[in-house]
Amino acid sequence: MSYLINNLDLVGKLFLQHLQLTLIVLFFALIIGIPLGVALARIKWLQGPVMGVLGVIYTIPSLSLFVLLIPVFGLGTTPAVVALTAYAQLLLVRNWLVGLTSINPAVLEAARGMGMSGWQRFWQVEFPLALPMLLVGVRLVVLSSIGIGTIAAFINAGGLGVLLFEGVITANYNKIFSGAVAVTVLSLTANYGIRTIERRAERSIHGAQVNH
Amino acid sequence: MTYASSNTQESRVTQSGEIFFDDVSKTFESEGVPAVDGVSLQVPAGDLVVFLGPSGSGKTTLLKMVNRLYEPSKGKIWIGNEDIQGLPINDLRRQIGYVIQQVGLFPHMTVQKNISVVPRLLDWDKGHIQTRVEMLLDLTGLPDSYLERYPNQLSGGEQQRVGLARALAADPDILLMDEPFAALDAINRERLQKELLRLHCKLNKTILFVTHDVEEALLLADKIAVLREGKLVQYDTPIALVTRPKNSFIEELVGTDNILRRLSLVSIKSVIKAQARESSRKMTHTQKHDNVPTIDLEGDLRSALSLLLSSGSDYLRVVDSSGKEQGQIGMKDLKEMLASNQLVEKNKCDELSD
Repeated sequence: MSYLINNLDLVGKLFLQHLQLTLIVLFFALIIGIPLGVALARIKWLQGPVMGVLGVIYTIPSLSLFVLLIPVFGLGTTPAVVALTAYAQLLLVRNWLVGLTSINPAVLEAARGMGMSGWQRFWQVEFPLALPMLLVGVRLVVLSSIGIGTIAAFINAGGLGVLLFEGVITANYNKIFSGAVAVTVLSLTANYGIRTIERRAERSIHGAQVNH
Repeated sequence: MTYASSNTQESRVTQSGEIFFDDVSKTFESEGVPAVDGVSLQVPAGDLVVFLGPSGSGKTTLLKMVNRLYEPSKGKIWIGNEDIQGLPINDLRRQIGYVIQQVGLFPHMTVQKNISVVPRLLDWDKGHIQTRVEMLLDLTGLPDSYLERYPNQLSGGEQQRVGLARALAADPDILLMDEPFAALDAINRERLQKELLRLHCKLNKTILFVTHDVEEALLLADKIAVLREGKLVQYDTPIALVTRPKNSFIEELVGTDNILRRLSLVSIKSVIKAQARESSRKMTHTQKHDNVPTIDLEGDLRSALSLLLSSGSDYLRVVDSSGKEQGQIGMKDLKEMLASNQLVEKNKCDELSD
């Protein structure tokens, strides 16, 4: 505990670095995953192959994927972001796709029959109704990126993993403990925060009656 | 409160409620046989036309070609003088009301938002939308307190009322209804059928109504188009279908032999009118007047028969809504009416005038 108190500046800096890495990953994951999910919901025969590929990517051990990317992207944050974004796709797209495809077809038919354009149908009907599942995906992406992100310290991406790796090398258990505590705090806070938004989104699509 | 809305007419892509199907066929790629096969029929503006047929007869497919959820493989559909194929698809759909069996209300929107979807798509101003929504809620028999409710807080019948209000929101000339009451319980179904008749008489919209329920078709329709395996078998008034079926398929479907059904299609009023035309006719009944049961002028012959049998009386006194006697009706009148085959169809709107 004394290490944590004495090195609050360093731990704080690494904490923010870790958070930043996670948010960058989330940003790119959403930019790719949202349109990909919509495309898969529209073009059904693509679902099998694409989800298969995303599944295969997800099974590659993180350390080896980081190392594999070094020749292309060098050391640092870039290969870490690329690898974590690649992992995130399976978690994000799978949930988002479930959200999109489980919308009551009668609701979509009504929207079409009433003269909503494709764009209006998406923003006024599909997006709000599939949002709770998208948020489930977001929560999983954030949590897994925080977790796997610790290993990214190995390729100089920084973050709270630095404390863990250095602690292991120098046999400094206080350092390891501090890193672990910080990662746990980050994970729990993120989980709680996103879960709250998720519940609010769920309530809004089921009407006021549903209580959790 | 006026029903018609004011600021919408100029932006419309069609100006009529008249629909003309010109040799329309539809074949789906996945199936070899056409779902709709060379159907031609004309729907006069303001009529309620029922597409009746067993499942797989193509009635829903035919309906969905009017708002272009399906495009015909062959043939054309006209609304007034416009070939709908040439119209901007979403503009066309926004001025055709659409009601489906599963209702399809937007679960994340309040009743108010659900009803105002099309007016909002059409950029009506807020005040106009608000008065319109309140008027429609009133028209469909829902209390104002429902405005802020969500669909899952409503019963099935109430949901379909909101569905109907939503379809009427932008004051369309044409309403498409795809088995709208099929999922409701018997009590709610009957109630909504009556309300639909009332609305139709009041608003004078062209309504295309799909059902497989013969009773429902006979009750609601001005004209019925009977479909079988994609082909139009007969297009006629309910009374003509029952009394002059084109073939044995129609005969079995509508139950031509069913005397009660035939009686239910004729109003007591039309019998009284026919009696009045035969000036030579004398009142022959001698029963003491006080004991004779009375029946409402607006009823049908089926209820008259039922009352004759249950009361044991030789005849009934027919009274109007104010209780004034308008004539008498007896078993002989019913027999004559059935024998003559000159059944005069009851006027649905007359019946509902009060």
